Amino acid sequence: MSKNSDVVLEVNNLKIHFFTDEGTVKAVNGIDFYLEKGKTLGIIGESGCGKSVSAHSILRLIPSPPGKIVNGEIIYHDSSLNKDNGVVHIEQLNKKGKEIRNIRTNKIGIVFQEPMSSFCPHYTIGHQVAEAILIHNDELNKEQAHEKTVELLKQVGIPKAADRINDYPHQFSGGMRQRAMIAMALSCDPEILIADEPTTSLDVTVEAQILELLEDIQAERGMAIMLISHNLAVVSEVADWVAVMYLGKVMEKAPVGKIINNPLHPYTKGLISSIPKLEGELEELQPIKGIVPNPIDMPLGCPFAPRCERKVSDLCDKEVPAEIEIKPQHYARCFIYSEEVE
Amino acid sequence: MSHNNSRVKVEINNLKKYFPVKKGFLRKAVGHLKAVNDVSLRIKERETLGLVGESGCGKSTLGRTIIKLYAPTDGEVIFNNNGDSISVYDLGKKEMKKVRQNMQMIFQDPFSSLNERMTVMDNIIEPLVCNNIGNKKVRGDRAASLLKQVGLREGYLKRYPHSLSGGQRQRVGIARALSIKPKFVVADEPVSGLDVSVQAQILNLLKELQSEYKLTILFISHDLGVIRYIANRIAVMYTGKIVEIAKREKLLNSTKHPYTEALLSSVPKLGAKKDRIILEGTPPDPVELPEGCIFSSRCLYSQDICYNESPELTKQKGDHFVACHFSDSLDLRGIN
Repeated sequence: MSKNSDVVLEVNNLKIHFFTDEGTVKAVNGIDFYLEKGKTLGIIGESGCGKSVSAHSILRLIPSPPGKIVNGEIIYHDSSLNKDNGVVHIEQLNKKGKEIRNIRTNKIGIVFQEPMSSFCPHYTIGHQVAEAILIHNDELNKEQAHEKTVELLKQVGIPKAADRINDYPHQFSGGMRQRAMIAMALSCDPEILIADEPTTSLDVTVEAQILELLEDIQAERGMAIMLISHNLAVVSEVADWVAVMYLGKVMEKAPVGKIINNPLHPYTKGLISSIPKLEGELEELQPIKGIVPNPIDMPLGCPFAPRCERKVSDLCDKEVPAEIEIKPQHYARCFIYSEEVE
Repeated sequence: MSHNNSRVKVEINNLKKYFPVKKGFLRKAVGHLKAVNDVSLRIKERETLGLVGESGCGKSTLGRTIIKLYAPTDGEVIFNNNGDSISVYDLGKKEMKKVRQNMQMIFQDPFSSLNERMTVMDNIIEPLVCNNIGNKKVRGDRAASLLKQVGLREGYLKRYPHSLSGGQRQRVGIARALSIKPKFVVADEPVSGLDVSVQAQILNLLKELQSEYKLTILFISHDLGVIRYIANRIAVMYTGKIVEIAKREKLLNSTKHPYTEALLSSVPKLGAKKDRIILEGTPPDPVELPEGCIFSSRCLYSQDICYNESPELTKQKGDHFVACHFSDSLDLRGIN
């Protein structure tokens, strides 16, 4: 990834560990990526790979204890800031302080996976969206916030928005709730939108509506989007770059076309051949053998080594491969591409 | 539809399942939620019929009503039990128990469908115990061989479900369903809670077991990719009704119902061009169904007749059944 001035967020060698009674869970174990203006980065991986934890850490939403950022940096490039070249080290901020609260929603919005549990059932949708607007905009009064809420709900395609803002979350369908969630995340014109499995609990026809909405909003506002999903097909339709995560590490990252058409890492290959496809010839699924290891008891070397078919013995199970640029703009962590093995 | 009973395993005629909607202090029924609304289907021997639809369309209710886990509101199910045609809803409790040995269910959620207080072994042999089949030794041997078949080590027999992962539990659920050697299995979203790499393992396992046990499967899923992989024929359901049934590739390539077309175009595809058909709005409320076609309010091609007359599921060329007034004249796109 070649960096330029469009970079709005950088994550460097980030490690987030959870210190539990059973042992240390290395949920995120050294990841690097960055987000660019107007571009979408897709993060894909199976449950427990650390994709949600890395997203939440950007807004410092990791419960602590037990979670802790033990290493690395999360750098936000704030163009409105004059000091320090506009560089904000998010990992150093007080997680309950004024600065991070100013970044949340104002600069970086987030859409959570479950629209039902992320709204409070006691308040109307309108109240909750307006609340976000009021907290982050001192100059607006209640009436203006109300107007802006109706405007936002209209923008995300909620019909009869002026009436529906008086509805409670349970009166909204799943797709509508997710739209309201997106409206809330957009309420303060953020530069970055983090979407954590935004369509996972939705039906495909509704999923298509939401993905379309995200693309339209991005085209309109030029936001950087970080899209987290377990569904490679969803990511492949929306993202520009894709990072594939496994057990707290990014195993491969590249522009979306390269990941889909020419995956290099054995894990990515396994993932793609596990997906039942709707188009093309019907092929036998080739699942990845075994199961994801217990995160407390992680393998010593490459995290994927115990399930890997191309494992090099005495190497993969002892050492962790470094991330290297195997082809232009195509990075992977795997020994089979290193020179000594070839 | 032809009544070729020698090859039909389960015949479903005009099945209806309504749930009363109760309101007020006296809980009086003020209406009915038509979860399954006049469904007729034939499931052929040793085939996998994929039933696909979105949440709330009634696909799970249909599956459960077929094996009489729910009492039907109306209609009949005829089950071919070793050559005898049995009308399932006419059976008494005792007779039903006998017939049910041949019909089993695999549930969606591997976390709530196993008994947490029983070992894996006891979970698997429970159907044998209920039906008084075999002695302790026979059951134990059966459990051990089943466990091996579903790809788990024998050591798991003595463990409890909480120590297993989602995929492992689903394997135990499958072993339990097969322990009694059923002929017909309803698999209700058996892979939807699993990660793709594990999902692929379970799908391949189900395929293997089907040919080994000569099973007839009704496979319910919301995921068209999964359905395509496992099913021989596909039925598409929308708000309580079947709108289209055909052989797998036929349904996908020469789609005849506008809802199927929209569904197919909505599914995210790996690295494909984005040309989704975006459906407006939501499915109709199953308590107050519209007159005419149930899909009319969202259909891109609807005309006057669609709002007034409900289309019947009718047979077209090559065992392709469609419920649409314009299935002949519309030129719909399939997956390609």
